[in-house]
Amino acid sequence: MIYDPALSAIIIFFAFVGGALGLSFFLGRKAKSSEGYFAAHGQIPWFVNGIAFAGDYLSAASFLGICGMIAFYGYDGFLYSIGFLAGWIVALFVIAEPMKRLGRFTFADALDAKFDSRGIKGAAGVSTLIVSVFYLIPQMVGAGSLIKPLLGFPHWAGVVIVGGVVIMIVVTAGMVSTTWVQFLKGSLLVVFSTLLVFLLLQRGFNAEPDAFATIGPLSADQLNESTIGDRAVIQPTNGWQEHQEFIRLERDDDKGFDIFHVQETEDDDQYILRQAQAVREVDQTLLIDGSPLGTEPNQKQLQPVGTVSKLPGDETSSGPQGPIEFFNTIRDSEIVLWRNKTVLHEDGTKTAVHYQKLTPGNEVLRPGEHKKFAGIRKPEFFGKLNFLSLMLALFCGTASLPHILIRYYTVKDGAAARKSTIVGIASIGFFYVLTLYIGLGAMTSGAMDLTDTNMAAPLLARSISTLLFAIISAIAFTTVLGTVSGLILASSGAVAHDLMVGVMGIKMTETQKVRVAKIAAVVVGIIAIVLGILFKELNVGYLVGWAFSIAASANLPALVMLLFWKGTTKQGIIASVTVGMLSSLGWILLSSDTYKGVYGLDESLAPMPFSQPGIVTIPLAFVTLIVVSLLTKPKQQPSE
Amino acid sequence: MSSLSKSERYNARLGLWLFAIYLALYLGFVFLNAFSASTMEQPMIAGLNLAIIYGFALILGALVMALLYGLLCRSEAAPDKTDSPEEAGQ
Repeated sequence: MIYDPALSAIIIFFAFVGGALGLSFFLGRKAKSSEGYFAAHGQIPWFVNGIAFAGDYLSAASFLGICGMIAFYGYDGFLYSIGFLAGWIVALFVIAEPMKRLGRFTFADALDAKFDSRGIKGAAGVSTLIVSVFYLIPQMVGAGSLIKPLLGFPHWAGVVIVGGVVIMIVVTAGMVSTTWVQFLKGSLLVVFSTLLVFLLLQRGFNAEPDAFATIGPLSADQLNESTIGDRAVIQPTNGWQEHQEFIRLERDDDKGFDIFHVQETEDDDQYILRQAQAVREVDQTLLIDGSPLGTEPNQKQLQPVGTVSKLPGDETSSGPQGPIEFFNTIRDSEIVLWRNKTVLHEDGTKTAVHYQKLTPGNEVLRPGEHKKFAGIRKPEFFGKLNFLSLMLALFCGTASLPHILIRYYTVKDGAAARKSTIVGIASIGFFYVLTLYIGLGAMTSGAMDLTDTNMAAPLLARSISTLLFAIISAIAFTTVLGTVSGLILASSGAVAHDLMVGVMGIKMTETQKVRVAKIAAVVVGIIAIVLGILFKELNVGYLVGWAFSIAASANLPALVMLLFWKGTTKQGIIASVTVGMLSSLGWILLSSDTYKGVYGLDESLAPMPFSQPGIVTIPLAFVTLIVVSLLTKPKQQPSE
Repeated sequence: MSSLSKSERYNARLGLWLFAIYLALYLGFVFLNAFSASTMEQPMIAGLNLAIIYGFALILGALVMALLYGLLCRSEAAPDKTDSPEEAGQ
């Protein structure tokens, strides 16, 4: 889609980003020591820290990714919400207080509290870096998606802007300012999402005719004729012959063709043609239905989608909805979802054909519509295992994310850590309830962009008011800024504190340590910018699932066993972190999703039987820790 | 965990109990989805299907249990009577 940036949006956007930066500079002046830079001197009030948890956690993945997935596939996206929130139970009940008791600045500190081992610091430092980078990619992708409709810049510009601003925040500030930025952003996100849901419920649903044509019903013989409804059928060649379900009709102007998807009806031998949209890239030019992308007279652009085709009782408008009525109306309606197929051409280019799928409303309120989750509706065991694996990684991942763990060092004691987690759970849980409304509201708003699932929530806001769109986008953008700052801070801590001081044994003064951390922040920031540009087409919620898998496999087993099993040895911890990290990373790199989405290879070539590694690699890391610990058990128990 | 004070040990045990209860709820949800997806479509309360009810219940349940934990936890700063003075306040 082509967006016209609105002036109000630009002003609000820059006001937000400017405000966040100003606050950051103001608060950052005092953070000269490592205590201040990494842990805000342990002086952040618990309530502020709790909302900052929400700010850190409700990243682009939650706001953009989950809402987008719900908007295109229904309930499945909400499974992420549930898993993400459930993970906080592990954090609160098992990890929070011991983390606070054991550590000082970083996750490696906590793991290493008992042993003082270089190996542990090294393994934990590297795993922090890898998890942070995997978590950074989706944030950067989300930033790029946002900037396009907001300011009219291309995707890469958004990624570069976020990267640049965040590097500035982290370099000038540290944990104090990051926390306050997160606090403000977390509050704004929850408040304005609530407002968005309120306005959405007030508006209700509309079943108005959309911009897409329908032809038929036609018989099978009529479909095979050379003209349909007085328009000439373009003969299917150059790859189209493999896709008889699509019919292209000539137009009497020079704007490409119109493409239709052949759909069966309830009557035998009767078919309906519903208009589809085709996108092809040739020599870096995008063609929409065979005509160049643009707003000139001979150009075309993708039409926004996402409508209700039929409301209960065939009404055209539902009127304002209550929070429960909202779901019941959807259940009894018929929704137009969009799916796509790829047509391969002889010159190696591809056309993505997006076509309508009329879906009974009850099907978008149940699990198993998304192709990644469809396995639960099939008899094959691996599909179910893939789902279980993802839900396990989400459950175990939260409590092992480095940028969440370091937030336990910003409060003064275990009780404050506990209270701030409870505040975090309350605000995050409330927000996740809203995601289902926002996602389903976006699905039926008529404003969705077919090429970018990540934009569902902001585009829903735009269908209500431009001002709201500007505010929501600006918040989403600061969301990305905040999360990225936290992640880069966690990584720079890992480099300076764990790897350089802990492993290499370099002696540094406090000021030097902060300086090294800032240099590391710049380097990690640049890496994140590059990866954010490379991965631009993947749904950010899905990408975050990977980060959770790696975090849960590498960090959680070591942390849990250290807390609850006296027989844990340092070799056991090192082996567990290393095996968990390498096995989950390796599994992801060799999975069918990565083959298809990242390398562009045939997904059937991928050696792994399913995509989500958690169900294998988390137990593997536990077993590794136990076996290695037993093998390396000291001959005599220490006398203490 | 021998180095912990009594209140810390009490809190840790309480945490593990609550964790076990929540884990059971979560596993119930995940296994129902994986092995009996059609059950999740059944309407349950006020026309809402089990998927929505159970999902919202898991979110609400997390909050309720978190609050419960917050209320029941013993504070280290203000030691309860069973703690000896040496152990308290660390």
